[in-house]
Amino acid sequence: MRKVCLDLVYQLAKVDDRIIFIGSDLGPGVLNIMKNEMPERFFMEGISEQHVIGMAAGLSMEGFIPYVNTIATFITRRCYEQIALDLCLHDLPVRLIGNGGGVVYAPLGPTHLAVEDIAIMRALPNMTIVAPCDADEMRRFMLKSLDWPHPVYIRLAKGGDEVVSREENGFEIGKAILLRQPGKGLFVTTGVMTQLALKAAAQLETEGIQCGVLHMHTVKPLDMEALNHWLPKVAGVVTVEEHTRIGGLGSAVLEHCSDVTPEHAAKIARIGFPDNFADKYGSQNSLLAHWGITVESLCELMRKQL
Amino acid sequence: MVLDERSKVIRRLIIRMIEVEKRGHIGPAMSLVEILRVLYDSFLKFRIDEPFWKERDRLILSKGHGCMGLYAILADKGFFPKDELDTFCKSDSRLGGHPEWQHVPGVEASTGALGHGLPIGVGMALAAKIRNQDYRVLVITGDGEINEGSVWESAMSAAKHQLSNLTVFVDYNKLQAYGPTAEVLDLEPLADKWRSFGFHVVEVDGHDVKALERITSCLPFDSKKPTAVICHTIKGKGIHFAEGTSEWHHKSGISVEEITSMHNCLI
Repeated sequence: MRKVCLDLVYQLAKVDDRIIFIGSDLGPGVLNIMKNEMPERFFMEGISEQHVIGMAAGLSMEGFIPYVNTIATFITRRCYEQIALDLCLHDLPVRLIGNGGGVVYAPLGPTHLAVEDIAIMRALPNMTIVAPCDADEMRRFMLKSLDWPHPVYIRLAKGGDEVVSREENGFEIGKAILLRQPGKGLFVTTGVMTQLALKAAAQLETEGIQCGVLHMHTVKPLDMEALNHWLPKVAGVVTVEEHTRIGGLGSAVLEHCSDVTPEHAAKIARIGFPDNFADKYGSQNSLLAHWGITVESLCELMRKQL
Repeated sequence: MVLDERSKVIRRLIIRMIEVEKRGHIGPAMSLVEILRVLYDSFLKFRIDEPFWKERDRLILSKGHGCMGLYAILADKGFFPKDELDTFCKSDSRLGGHPEWQHVPGVEASTGALGHGLPIGVGMALAAKIRNQDYRVLVITGDGEINEGSVWESAMSAAKHQLSNLTVFVDYNKLQAYGPTAEVLDLEPLADKWRSFGFHVVEVDGHDVKALERITSCLPFDSKKPTAVICHTIKGKGIHFAEGTSEWHHKSGISVEEITSMHNCLI
């Protein structure tokens, strides 16, 4: 997913001279092809996230479209004020590409996990948050990212994720994609939790329980139309996110429901991380399992909701 | 340094703003006046009827709390009517307690939180280099402001990219909100710091109009380096009872008598 994302930055840059790439201190050789072909628009600025965001803002105010890339937690937490003021207050089309959204970096411990990134980005006016579920969807999103007139936070998954998105569904920022038709239940998901929910839905089907999967690749702006359409039609909803239960997708869905369709709020249950720093290393999957995010736990909560 | 009539005129406009809500960052605005005056009177390229003219020089007031100084000079130049100064900080005014981009003609960036102007300035200066444009980028920082690490991150970047089209003016009035910079977080040796970060450094009496003009006429000093102009200033300059005191850094509830006294300082 990351490779596709960065390759698209290069591809877009070849045809649009407004595109700029800014990294902090990425691995050796990242986007060498862009560095060699258009060195004037490739920047590796060092471990200086506050500066990098401000610099991207300055370039953007002059008409460039900077794509900024570093580890998700550093590109959101370390420079939060710069994102809030330099990007969001000025409402500039800068793209923040966060590597390792969620617990991709589980073995590296809590300093490297991005478990509240969606929450803090979501709180900022003018910010758009996109978490594609696979590389194919990332490609479709990147082609749409060029002319989106606001700042965007792009949450990357681990990479090598099973491809479940479909070309025919296309990609519109802010428009959810129904990947599986609901019956009684509906999983509302983002990022690679979509794959997990599809597996859970398949498992539940073997038990005679039909569940849909509504993939919210864009967490902000939330596709309220899709929620308004589907919530009345199902008996139970489980939101699933690789993120703290505070302030992420589940919160966004509940907030919308509370504001607009409070009669459906009781249908909604949320799966996400507890309000703790990680106390385990291991792998992304083992940490997800430690925090109770498995196919079986999704099935169990959905059965309970129904 | 004795103030001439032009410096007094700008300061009277600042007092006019203070009169509106009886408040403001008085010390930081007064210390800036000659820097702004020289830049707008004799250095910057701008068009008042086309604030985003592509060839204009960009001036970012990174110490956004000094905005009364900026509003005064922008009004004086005709970016907006002077009468608008009488709305300072009122609910529907364009002129808030910190300047905002696309609200106030002539304001290049929304500032207020400190340490943001130089990174943005680096981006603007890089943009000029990429597109071979001739505009220059000026960033005015406070002295307390450069406590912020982001300033030094950007300073390293400006030197790396050899941004000779970028100049930082440090309004070094030696006082921050709590007290002397030397006590809160000592900046010295300040010139050596900027020099070691790759800047060409000059120092000047920040109230000496002729000296400031001589410096700006020499910019850039080095075709491969950004410049830092350390302006030794006096907080509250021109208002003798506000000079050199942190009590007048920001003040609210200013009395009519105090405003009269301010005007009397400028007779």
